[in-house]
Amino acid sequence: MTAATHPAGETTVGARLRWAVTDALTVAGRDAAHWRRQPAALLVNALFPVLLLLMFVYLLGGSMAVPGGGDYRDFLVPGMLALAMVFGVEATMTAVVTDTARGITDRFRSLPMAPSAVVAGRCLADLASSVVGLVVLLAAGLAIGWRPAGIGSALAAVGLLLLLRLAFLWIGIHLGLLTRDPAAVTAVQILVWPFAFLSNAFVAASSMPGWLATVAEWNPLAGTVTAVRDLFGAPVGTGGGWATEHATLLAVGWPVVLTVVFATLSVRRFQALSS
Amino acid sequence: MTMAIEVAGLTKTYGTTVVLDGVDLQVARGSVCALLGPNGAGKTTAVRVLTTLTRPDAGRVHVAGVDVLRHPRAARRRFGLVGQQPAVDDLLGARQNLVLFARLHHLDRRTARARADELLEQVGLAGTGAKPVRQFSGGMRRRLDVAAGLVLAPEVLFLDEPTTGLDPAGRRDVWDTVRALVAGGTTVLLTTQYLEEAEQLADDVCVLDGGRVVARGTPRELTAAIGGDRLELVVGDPARAAEAARLAERAAGGPPGAPAADGVRVTVPVSRRPGVVGAVVRALDEAGIEVDDVVLRPTTLDEAYLRITGADRTRTEVPA
Ligand SMILES: Nc1ncnc2c1ncn2[C@@H]1O[C@H](COP(=O)(O)OP(=O)(O)OP(=O)(O)O)[C@@H](O)[C@H]1O
Ligand SMILES: [Mg+2]
Repeated sequence: MTAATHPAGETTVGARLRWAVTDALTVAGRDAAHWRRQPAALLVNALFPVLLLLMFVYLLGGSMAVPGGGDYRDFLVPGMLALAMVFGVEATMTAVVTDTARGITDRFRSLPMAPSAVVAGRCLADLASSVVGLVVLLAAGLAIGWRPAGIGSALAAVGLLLLLRLAFLWIGIHLGLLTRDPAAVTAVQILVWPFAFLSNAFVAASSMPGWLATVAEWNPLAGTVTAVRDLFGAPVGTGGGWATEHATLLAVGWPVVLTVVFATLSVRRFQALSS
Repeated sequence: MTMAIEVAGLTKTYGTTVVLDGVDLQVARGSVCALLGPNGAGKTTAVRVLTTLTRPDAGRVHVAGVDVLRHPRAARRRFGLVGQQPAVDDLLGARQNLVLFARLHHLDRRTARARADELLEQVGLAGTGAKPVRQFSGGMRRRLDVAAGLVLAPEVLFLDEPTTGLDPAGRRDVWDTVRALVAGGTTVLLTTQYLEEAEQLADDVCVLDGGRVVARGTPRELTAAIGGDRLELVVGDPARAAEAARLAERAAGGPPGAPAADGVRVTVPVSRRPGVVGAVVRALDEAGIEVDDVVLRPTTLDEAYLRITGADRTRTEVPA
C-alpha cells in the first residue's frame, strides 16, 4: 500500500486560500467530467433558449410591435439571452438537490476539503455551462441575421449577462439547499415563466397596463435586458420610468444585491446542514 | 489504553424526539466496536455526529484525539466514513470517483490515481473501467462506497451498515478488508443489523436503544450476561414435563433462570461445565422419566440482543 497519509501543512492563510481555489476547481471538474460523458445534456440545456428564440421570432414576431420601430429580432435576442441566464436557476437547483439526495454533499462535507469548495465549485461549473449556453444562443442569433453593434460593447453585454447568471445561480443554490424535494424543482420551473413574462424580455414594459408596467420595469431581469439591448445597439424606446432610465445601474445593482443576499443565505444554510 | 473514540454525554434532539439521550462510548485504539440497535435507535445519528455531519445539542466527542466539534477539519483528516446510503457519483466511473475523492483529500494527481487503482483492486472493482456507477449492481456500488471511505487509510473508520445488500462473497470481502485495516492499526466503529457480523469482527459490542446505551461488552460477555447456555430436552410423557424441568434444574445447577416446560419440551438454563448433560439425563433416568432428545444450546448473540432490546417481547410503547 502506498503511504496515503495526509499531506501536512495547511494551516497558513495562504495555503488555505490556495486549497479553497484548488478544491473548488476539483469539484467543478466533476461537472466537466459529466459533460464529457454526456455532451448531449449540456447541448439540450443550451438549445432550449434557441428553440424559444426561433419560436418567438418566426411564429409570434410578425405581430410584435417594437418600441422605436426596430426589428423584433434585435429586440428579442437580448431578452432571450437574459432569460437564458434566469432559466439557469433550474439547472443549479436540480444539481444541488440531486447531490444532497444522493449523499454526495454529505460525502464532500465529511472530507478534509475546503468547505467553501462545495458551493464555489457549483458556482464555477454553472458559470462555465452558462458561457456555453450564451455562445450557442449568440451563434443562433447571428444565424438568423441579428448583428451586435460592436465587439467591445458586446463583451460588456456578456459581462452583464453573466452577472445576472451569478445572481440566479446563488438563488438556485439557496433554493436547492432549502429543499430535499425534487417536486420543488418542478415548482420553480413553472414559476420561472410568469416571472419571465412579467418583464421586458418579450415585449416592451411600456406596452403593459399601468402597474404591471412598473412591476415589469423593476423586474430584476429588466435592467439587464434594457442595458444589453442598448449595448447591442437595439432601440430601447423612450417613455419608460426611472427604472428604464437607469437600466445600467439596475443591471449591475440587482444582481449584486441578489448575489450578496443569497450567497450569504446559502453559506448559512450550508453550515446549518449540520444541525 | 489510549482511546481512538471517546464520546461523553452525547445528546441530540429533533423537535421533540430525543434521538440520542446521553450516549457514552469508548473505543480502544486498534479495536473494532459494533454499534447495534433496532431501526431508529440513533445509530446513524451517532455516526453522523462523530463524523462532523451533524452537530449535537450537548456532549463531547473526540476522534483520534481530535475534538470533533471544535476542529472538524482536523478530525476529517483522520477518519474515513462509509455512510448508510451509498454516496458516489452515478455518472462517473469507479476510478473517476475515487480519483475525485482522493484529490479532495489533497493528494496530488499521480498519488491520487495510484491510490484509486490500489483501492479498486482491494474491493474487487479493478475490472470496471469507465463504466458509469449508474450501471453497477447495488453490491458493486456498496464496495465502491467502502473504497471511498478508505482513501487515506484512516486512523478511525466509520462504517454504517457496510454490508447491507451485499451477497455473502461481498460481505466476506468487506470483512477481510476491515480485518486487514485493523491489523494495520485502524480503529473501526461499525453499525450493523447482522449479529454474525458483530460476532465475526467486533472486539466490543455496544447496544443502542431509544438513544441510550443499554448494554456493552465483548460478544461473550453479553451472551453470558443474559444467562449462558440452555439445555433443551424432549421428554416422553408430557404429564411429567414440569417435574422433569424441576429435576433437571437441580441437577444442572445452572445460573438463576426459570426452567420452562411446554408440552414435551423442557428448557433449562445451564452453566457449561464437563458432565452437565450426563448429570441431567441421569437424574431424569433415576426418576423414571424417559428422555427422547437432548440438545445443549449456547446462547447466541442474536438471543442476547433480542433480550436486551426487548424485541422478542411484544412491544407496547408507541413510537414517538
Ligand atoms: N434529520 C432528521 N430530522 C428529524 N428526525 C431525524 C433526523 N434524522 C434522524 N431522525 C430520527 O432520529 C431517529 C434515529 O434515527 P437514526 O437514523 O439515527 O436511526 P438508526 O439507528 O440509524 O436506524 P436504522 O437502523 O433504521 O438505520 C429516528 O426516529 C429518526 O426518525
Ligand atoms: Mg441507520
